[in-house]
Amino acid sequence: MSFPWAEHYAPKHPLMRYLDEKLPLPRLVYNAVGAGYPVPRNLNYFWNFGVLAGAALAIQIITGVILAMHYAANGTVAFDSVEHIMRDVNSGWLIRYAHANGASMFFIVVYTHIFRGLYYGSYKAPREMVWLLGVVIFLLMMATAFMGYVLPWGQMSFWGAQVITGFFSAIPVVGDPIRMWLLGGFAPDNDALNRFFSLHYLLPFVIAAVIVLHIWALHIPGSNNPTGVDVKGPQDTVPFHPYYTAKDGMGLGVFLIVFSLLLFFAPNALGHPDNYIPANPLSTPAHIVPEWYFLPFYAILKSFTGNFLGIAAKLWGVMAMFGSILLLFFLPWIDRSPIRSASYRPMYKWFFWVLVADVLFLGYLGQAEVTPTVVLLSQLCAGYYFSHFLIIIPLISKFEKPLPLPNSITEAVLGHPAPAAA
Amino acid sequence: MATLETAEDPNQRPPVIGPEHDEGQGPRRRDFLNIAAVAFAGVGGVAVVIPLVNQMNPSADVLALASIEVDLAKIEAGSGIKVAWRKQPVFVRNLTPAEIKEAKAVPVDSLRDPETLDARTKPGHENWLITMAVCTHLGCVPLGITPGENRGQFGGYFCPCHGSQYDTAGRIRAGPAPKNLVVPEYSFKSATSVQIG
Repeated sequence: MSFPWAEHYAPKHPLMRYLDEKLPLPRLVYNAVGAGYPVPRNLNYFWNFGVLAGAALAIQIITGVILAMHYAANGTVAFDSVEHIMRDVNSGWLIRYAHANGASMFFIVVYTHIFRGLYYGSYKAPREMVWLLGVVIFLLMMATAFMGYVLPWGQMSFWGAQVITGFFSAIPVVGDPIRMWLLGGFAPDNDALNRFFSLHYLLPFVIAAVIVLHIWALHIPGSNNPTGVDVKGPQDTVPFHPYYTAKDGMGLGVFLIVFSLLLFFAPNALGHPDNYIPANPLSTPAHIVPEWYFLPFYAILKSFTGNFLGIAAKLWGVMAMFGSILLLFFLPWIDRSPIRSASYRPMYKWFFWVLVADVLFLGYLGQAEVTPTVVLLSQLCAGYYFSHFLIIIPLISKFEKPLPLPNSITEAVLGHPAPAAA
Repeated sequence: MATLETAEDPNQRPPVIGPEHDEGQGPRRRDFLNIAAVAFAGVGGVAVVIPLVNQMNPSADVLALASIEVDLAKIEAGSGIKVAWRKQPVFVRNLTPAEIKEAKAVPVDSLRDPETLDARTKPGHENWLITMAVCTHLGCVPLGITPGENRGQFGGYFCPCHGSQYDTAGRIRAGPAPKNLVVPEYSFKSATSVQIG
């Protein structure tokens, strides 16, 4: 949808008029991200992160396709072929580091994007479908990133593949056959590496397709904004182009500066040194940890250490870890408060920041060595994570007294109602 | 007028001819045809999906499991080795009398996965503990087979991934792992040699 006051596409050049009659692709672009799409005038810089995630995906696809021109998905040569990329392929080191750190940047912007949505209530009606598709993209991203990390066939690659496919063996009865099916053998080997390569190539294009649906679903109600108040008239919006193309361009510049700093000065800061050791199926590294962007979920997995209600600790951990993400699918119906933005929700705001701290601390615990203290803290933090969504949010939405909302977006921006003539 | 138009419409479905089978009189033979056609397309679809899914199951060369023979002569009591079988590591340990005694002293009922040492070794060879070196939690190789490694508080194996601890019989005693270390199929060829697989 677009608002009734959106500017209309009117091709001037005869060629564009001809094209518009046959295949109105420029019209589609104009109405999607051009001047034909009015956007709330008060978006802050947290609204950059959708575009940044799109840019990060583009970087991954381009560098990924290039790396696949030089990489060989076979256990005997995979590790060496990555070193060949680093040493011999022209600019190979740059492209490989860009792809590896690009994954980290992708998760940084996507986590910010998700927490933006949590803070400003962007998952609430009428944007539930945007949120659901977003969670699907998040799951696909994690699957893709996992399989990508397996490809260099270092120690972390191999044991990550062993552990993550091991999650499926926790499923009663069918678990072991499923794991064998995923791996194509009894343990990770050539067959597993080869299919992970194929799927790692495929999934980014599935992600791109779901992103199209994500943007489509967003453009039906239009963007949320920091007040959470609906757009009431033309004075509340500005055309996407040039106002937000420029602002997103600015954000993209900052993103690329941060990315470049990471890429050129600390390309291995976020990686694990053990992945520079070729895979050894007979020896697990003493301290195996997943990539940083999986750590909070890994901590939840590790926090279950005892059998409980007749269900093995292993299955509890796996269910809790997947549950912690699948829970997000239900969030639009868990949070019953009609107020969207946390700026007008004094209690929710407070618990939101506790959740942020909780997830960050879970991340810290995810990489810490397993000691009784760490296990206890993980259990507390994992418990808090689930309580936030299952207990705290429903209670808050019942008892919270929201602050007075501004009458309109324009009033929130100007501090007073818009002049009638505007 | 309206009746005439519909009668002339070439896309109009021909009237159903038959004595009892008219609209609202229960299923028509045409409904059966629709269900049969869609059902058959469904069967065809499943027949196509099965090989597309099944191709990912272990291939013939992976399933052609070779067995291996392990020479025990050089493994002294209190030490062990790690061998590869089916691309997975296997622990072969020569238990000391003290370790055997310790394993037997544990009340079986108190275990998470109750099994006696006798059930996990071959008769007459109870000092030879042969188990998969694959933690039953998420598949890491536990520490403890190489001298100087952490053997955990139960004197067997310790998995560094999530802290599972196994006793001298390779039975799970603490941590998240649900089962004892798996004993693979094996048999003694002679007093100093076993065949695994």
